[in-house]
Amino acid sequence: MLTVEDLYVNYGTLQIIQGVSMKIEDGEMISLVGSNGAGKTTLLKTISGLKKPESGKIIWDGEDITTLSPDKIVARGIVQVPEGRKLFPQMTVQENLELGSFLKEAKKKRKDTLEYVYEMLPDLQKKAKMPAGSLSGGQQQMVAIGRGMMACPKVLIFDEPSIGLSPLLTDIMFEIIRKIKDSGTTVMLVEQNVQNALRMADRGYVLEQGHIAMEGKASDLLENEELKKSYLGI
Amino acid sequence: MAVSITQSLIDGLLMGGVYALAALGVSLIFGVMKITNFAHGALITVGMFVAYFMFAQLGVSPYVSLPITILVMFLLGYGIQKLTINPIITAPSHNQLLLTQGLSIVLENLLLVLFTANYKSISLPGFDKAIKFGALSINKPKLIAFGLVVLASLGVYLLLQKTDIGHAISATSVQREGATLMGIKVERINAIAFGIGVACAGVAGALLAPIQYISPTVGEGFQLKCFVIAVFGGLGNIWGAVVAGLIIGVVESVASLALGGSWSEMVIYLIFILVLLFKPTGLFGKKTR
Ligand SMILES: Nc1ncnc2c1ncn2[C@@H]1O[C@H](COP(=O)(O)OP(=O)(O)OP(=O)(O)O)[C@@H](O)[C@H]1O
Ligand SMILES: [Mg+2]
Repeated sequence: MLTVEDLYVNYGTLQIIQGVSMKIEDGEMISLVGSNGAGKTTLLKTISGLKKPESGKIIWDGEDITTLSPDKIVARGIVQVPEGRKLFPQMTVQENLELGSFLKEAKKKRKDTLEYVYEMLPDLQKKAKMPAGSLSGGQQQMVAIGRGMMACPKVLIFDEPSIGLSPLLTDIMFEIIRKIKDSGTTVMLVEQNVQNALRMADRGYVLEQGHIAMEGKASDLLENEELKKSYLGI
Repeated sequence: MAVSITQSLIDGLLMGGVYALAALGVSLIFGVMKITNFAHGALITVGMFVAYFMFAQLGVSPYVSLPITILVMFLLGYGIQKLTINPIITAPSHNQLLLTQGLSIVLENLLLVLFTANYKSISLPGFDKAIKFGALSINKPKLIAFGLVVLASLGVYLLLQKTDIGHAISATSVQREGATLMGIKVERINAIAFGIGVACAGVAGALLAPIQYISPTVGEGFQLKCFVIAVFGGLGNIWGAVVAGLIIGVVESVASLALGGSWSEMVIYLIFILVLLFKPTGLFGKKTR
């Protein structure tokens, strides 16, 4: 179980995350939604150890991981498919995937995981030898997801994976995320595409200006009048 | 005339190989850390003295001791990065310039203390005779240096292209945050890349040791040359640096034949200025971001 306890994160003097608490049970899928600049990415960066919080804690399986370095957090199985993909564009698709299993434990299973990723994302196998930067936006997003899977994650965190994708591709991509969840991986999905994200999730959190404005069962949130008005335009 | 031009082309190409390897180091370090290493010339000199030390103390030729030189220089580079570069990795570039320039002064003075300012040289019996092809003659140490430079560059190529560490180095140089999120320790990769860059300088130095005189300040001439070549090849583009190194070697040699030795340096800097004016991204003109 991953828990975030009363987290505060600043950029300089600007308070971006202001007392966020949340928890993700093993095997669960949660969606974190919120508008531009709400602080979603900042929260994820803090979970991954890229950014240190002012106060608060991040606990994974009973261990305080708040001050661990990013590589230690990845080694624990908490892995991110980052906003904007952050691929290595001049390297081939396969090299990108392989770097997903850079750390020791994942490297041992590299061959098998790669086979599994190619099975799940067959388009990538066809493009294996092409530079990742030469692929279309949708395909690049698939590479980023595949790269995250290569780390053998226990929790896979997606930061706005649907951004810039056509509706058709968005559906395909959400379907892949659902498969990843069904395979037993815990999933945290950050999205602005509120409806899609909540439909798939078990539970949801709404982040507004650095604090949790709403939380609950995803199906309840989808029915919530306030949320409908501000995020779904209904 | 045709003979002397061919001769100077050959000489230039052979020396260009050594420049290429040294500049490859500058470009690699810049590519990964966005730092221009102004201690590179001094580190070439350190490589010369490492080779000289083993020659003078143990009677081992620089070619035989090359693996040890590589190891020593790699560790030196790794240590320098950890201790001095890493703390200023995000500092403004003028501070970084001061640091690497300062490092260069420290290294030179250290060599002065240890080895005095007296010129030294390595003469290898049997290597001083040139190989003759009709009217052309090829200097043996230069030919061997070129061969070993090709091997060393190939080694760097394989390391970067075929190993996980190499991939992590490339990944870090283009996408630091993405690399961090894969569990790559960027600080460690920086130190390894600096170590490899310094090892390139060291190999260049060791191979130059039997070719020219050795003194603690002799690297200064190479410093600017390496920088010019790295920029010419496109800073961060290590294969660009290799091509640019060969070109600069040939240009220097031909210019020295046509205009006289003291002019050849001038021609190189003239090229440098033209490059900066018209193609600041270097020969292969990747756009800067
Ligand atoms: N590196 C930074 N330095 C300073 N401020 C930053 C930095 N990154 C983000 N911010 C600020 O923090 C706030 C939250 O940004 P964040 O990227 O976490 O939002 P987000 O919810 O992910 O938004 P989006 O949906 O657009 O990705 C914004 O006001 C942003 O301007
Ligand atoms: Mg964001």
